[in-house]
Amino acid sequence: MKAAVVVFPGSNREGDVIRALHQATGHAPQKIWHADHELPQGTDLVVLPGGFSYGDYLRCGAIAGRAAIMDAVRAHAAKGGLVLGICNGFQILVESGLLPGVLMRNAGLKFICKMQHLKVGRTDTAFTSAYTDGQVIKVAIAHGEGNYIADEETLKRLEGENRVAFRYCDAQGKLGGDANPNGSLNDIAGIYSDRLNVLGMMPHPENLIEHLVGGIDGRGLFDSLAKARAA
Amino acid sequence: MKNDIAITPELVAQHGLKPDEYQRILDLIGRTPTFTELGIFSAMWNEHCSYKSSRLHLKTLPTKAPWVIQGPGENAGVIDIGDGMACIFKMESHNHPSFIEPYQGATTGVGGILRDVFTMGARPIACLNALRFGDPSHPKVHHLVSGVVAGIGGYGNSFGVPTVGGQTGFHTRYDGNNLVNAMAVGIAKADEIFYAKATGVGNPIVYLGSKTGRDGIHGATMASAEFDDASEEKRPTVQVGDPFAEKLLLEACLELMRTGSVIAIQDMGAAGLTCSAVEMGAKGDLGIELDLEKVPCREEGMSAYEMMLSESQERMLMVLDPAREKEAEAIFRKWGLDFAVIGKTTDTLRFVVKHHGEVMADLPIKELGDEAPLYDRPWVETPRQQRIAAETITPPMNNADALKKLVATPDLCSKRWIWEQYDHLILGNTVAAPGGDAAIVRVEDGPKGLALTADVTPRYCEADPFEGGKQAVAEAWRNITAVGGQPLALTDNLNFGNPERPEIMGQFVGCIKGIGEAARALDFPIVSGNVSLYNETNGRGILPTPTIGGVGTVKDVEVHAVAAFRKDGDVILLIGDTQGWLGQSVWLRDICGREEGAPPPVDLAAERRNGDFVRGLIQAKRTASVHDCSDGGLGIALAEMAMASGKGATIETLPANMPAHAALFGEDQARYVVAVAASDANAILAEAKAAGVPALRLGLVGGTALTLPGEAPISVAELKTAHEGWLPTYMAAQAGN
Repeated sequence: MKAAVVVFPGSNREGDVIRALHQATGHAPQKIWHADHELPQGTDLVVLPGGFSYGDYLRCGAIAGRAAIMDAVRAHAAKGGLVLGICNGFQILVESGLLPGVLMRNAGLKFICKMQHLKVGRTDTAFTSAYTDGQVIKVAIAHGEGNYIADEETLKRLEGENRVAFRYCDAQGKLGGDANPNGSLNDIAGIYSDRLNVLGMMPHPENLIEHLVGGIDGRGLFDSLAKARAA
Repeated sequence: MKNDIAITPELVAQHGLKPDEYQRILDLIGRTPTFTELGIFSAMWNEHCSYKSSRLHLKTLPTKAPWVIQGPGENAGVIDIGDGMACIFKMESHNHPSFIEPYQGATTGVGGILRDVFTMGARPIACLNALRFGDPSHPKVHHLVSGVVAGIGGYGNSFGVPTVGGQTGFHTRYDGNNLVNAMAVGIAKADEIFYAKATGVGNPIVYLGSKTGRDGIHGATMASAEFDDASEEKRPTVQVGDPFAEKLLLEACLELMRTGSVIAIQDMGAAGLTCSAVEMGAKGDLGIELDLEKVPCREEGMSAYEMMLSESQERMLMVLDPAREKEAEAIFRKWGLDFAVIGKTTDTLRFVVKHHGEVMADLPIKELGDEAPLYDRPWVETPRQQRIAAETITPPMNNADALKKLVATPDLCSKRWIWEQYDHLILGNTVAAPGGDAAIVRVEDGPKGLALTADVTPRYCEADPFEGGKQAVAEAWRNITAVGGQPLALTDNLNFGNPERPEIMGQFVGCIKGIGEAARALDFPIVSGNVSLYNETNGRGILPTPTIGGVGTVKDVEVHAVAAFRKDGDVILLIGDTQGWLGQSVWLRDICGREEGAPPPVDLAAERRNGDFVRGLIQAKRTASVHDCSDGGLGIALAEMAMASGKGATIETLPANMPAHAALFGEDQARYVVAVAASDANAILAEAKAAGVPALRLGLVGGTALTLPGEAPISVAELKTAHEGWLPTYMAAQAGN
């Protein structure tokens, strides 16, 4: 697995995702500067990390979505290359047109950082093969604007094509109500592109990779990616 | 010398300078200062920058230990944490700005303290904060809580540092003057620390970061004045924070520092360009010459006066190796930040400011700092209060009901509503998150960690400044100990009222004496700090609030303690002596409605003995759960341990020879509640006895209720609902108004 992590001005969880990828794949991914125009030769996976790219000024992800490197990321995705956007990375994917919908301000209007349960959707993708169908995992969320909104037709398509990667749930796997921390439609925490090679998600699996620091439920995602290359 | 504005007594007074202070200026320079010079003096000689009322007393504090690399006097304190690593930390207040404009006041408080830490070459790895608000029923308090918390989160979350701990309290004495104390902690290689001292003549002075605007002019002067009803008109003196710019500044500074081209560096904080330039020169026995046309400005037509006093945020000043200027500039351009050579070091020992080819200021640089007024302000000792005997108080309700009520009071309720708005998980090293005794943050990939806490009990300080000062230090030491850490050093953020009133000065002097005594006894030196005086509104001072930020190390983060009860059948022990001290207790205040009495005394020898014993147990992996006893005493400690896991306990024995309400809610110091394996309990009791540490077997962990002797069982779930409920309910209800 050859991974590249894009660093935008204001990215701040790049170190966290680099640590998780390093743990899963055995080697450190390369950091790519936002102003670059090309990805390193042979890149399998591009990661857009969490943070506040460009201060989240204007609109979360809007400026980063138009950064120089994003043309290369779009080309990579078009070729079927893997792209993972976490938190601000998800917002950037939406702004850059790689994923549908939009991330609005949390319904409670506050930034929320806490442990959150998720229900894993399909497990036949490069991102989730190490999980089991419907598995409930505990990861962290840390965002102010993670309220996923899309028009009815888009939602219908996402559901119809089984492209919801993760949904917010409670510890028992129950969806809805208080288990949804930000008001996202259909409890959506992450979605795939139509070819399942692009994943955007608000929660932070990269912060749940050690027993000592909250637990290891996030490892499955990185283990899946490490395996995806081997396959 | 150019001066367009006549210096009148009114103008001098508007600059916060007293007539005798102005005379001091005239004597020092032998002529009338220019308007720009008057501004520079007012910036350097206000309370906030000169410590003129506090310096004399601060000097008595212990600041040295073999592990202290840098004590007070630099941007932040530095301690050696072993393995070639250093921890850099400081706490600073942003009280006045946060009252006037809570969101921006709090953000710039966080931004300022982060800058103090990374100026020294450290990467920030954690933030903490201590917040004090007025009575919850006060009409402004909801707005202030909401704004301050959002502001702290807004800055730290975007900057990318976890906010891992702190404390929040409410009291009517903060109604018109809330406190926002922010602490930042960073790490660096012990031999790669950067200082403010300039060296070399003719070296370039480089301006870095954001542009200079008209914001925050006279911010430090405002922070050195009392408030009145018109204070909200001072909103324009509050600066606006830009965490994005700060994040870029951090990365650019650290990248630049790695090149070895930085000779000296100082952030532009209070009093901006003036203070940073003067400090760099004065520390290095050098003069400084600035050419203000080179200063990157946000607005056109800014005067020399405005540039020298602007407190625009996210700016740095450096002295660079001239041979490396191009390399340095390239790094800053890459990060999209301003980089401008705005002056040079000289051998004249003068601080010279030029604008449009004219000299606007020419002052002796050393004297600007050294000759600042120093006051030995008159003070009176705070009258002692009577000890309150537990027997004389008839409890108005049974102990179970009192406990249920106390866990849901503004001071003792869960502060989750606050810390869930702070990203406390970023960087992936938060081993112990907010809500425990001390937070634990792993250092890089471990196994070492830092234990961090912020503590003070203002009502104790009000009743007895000396014991209160001792207690603040002891509690910080105890909280670090309670997670298994070795306390190493502290930063103090001293918040008091108007020092020109002898009774306030008496509080200050008493607290300093107490802090010094405890710090000496516990080998817990003060390495950095900040003084915030004039915290008064309409002549009424805040409770004396010397916040102590404590730092300790945890040798192996895998070996630490948490408060939560873990296993049914574990034996619960109380370590430390209980007298049933109810004076100034939360129980006396919130259950009996009486705010009075002498606060609990702190026996520092016992504190050390008991703490060392508990830490030894934790490090030997012999404890299942550990929690210190503080606000609310033993009863609250037990309730918090139960609520943390949902597991109950049956308490069979309470400390003897006193009424149960005193045993449960007395706030005697130097105590811990420890849960241990049943098979080890007797051995631990015997070892405690041999070590001269009082220890008492209280009962057993188990079930889903907390049962106190002679009381109906209290459902832990109900307790938790009440505990978690108060703050969100308060904030939601007020928001609807």
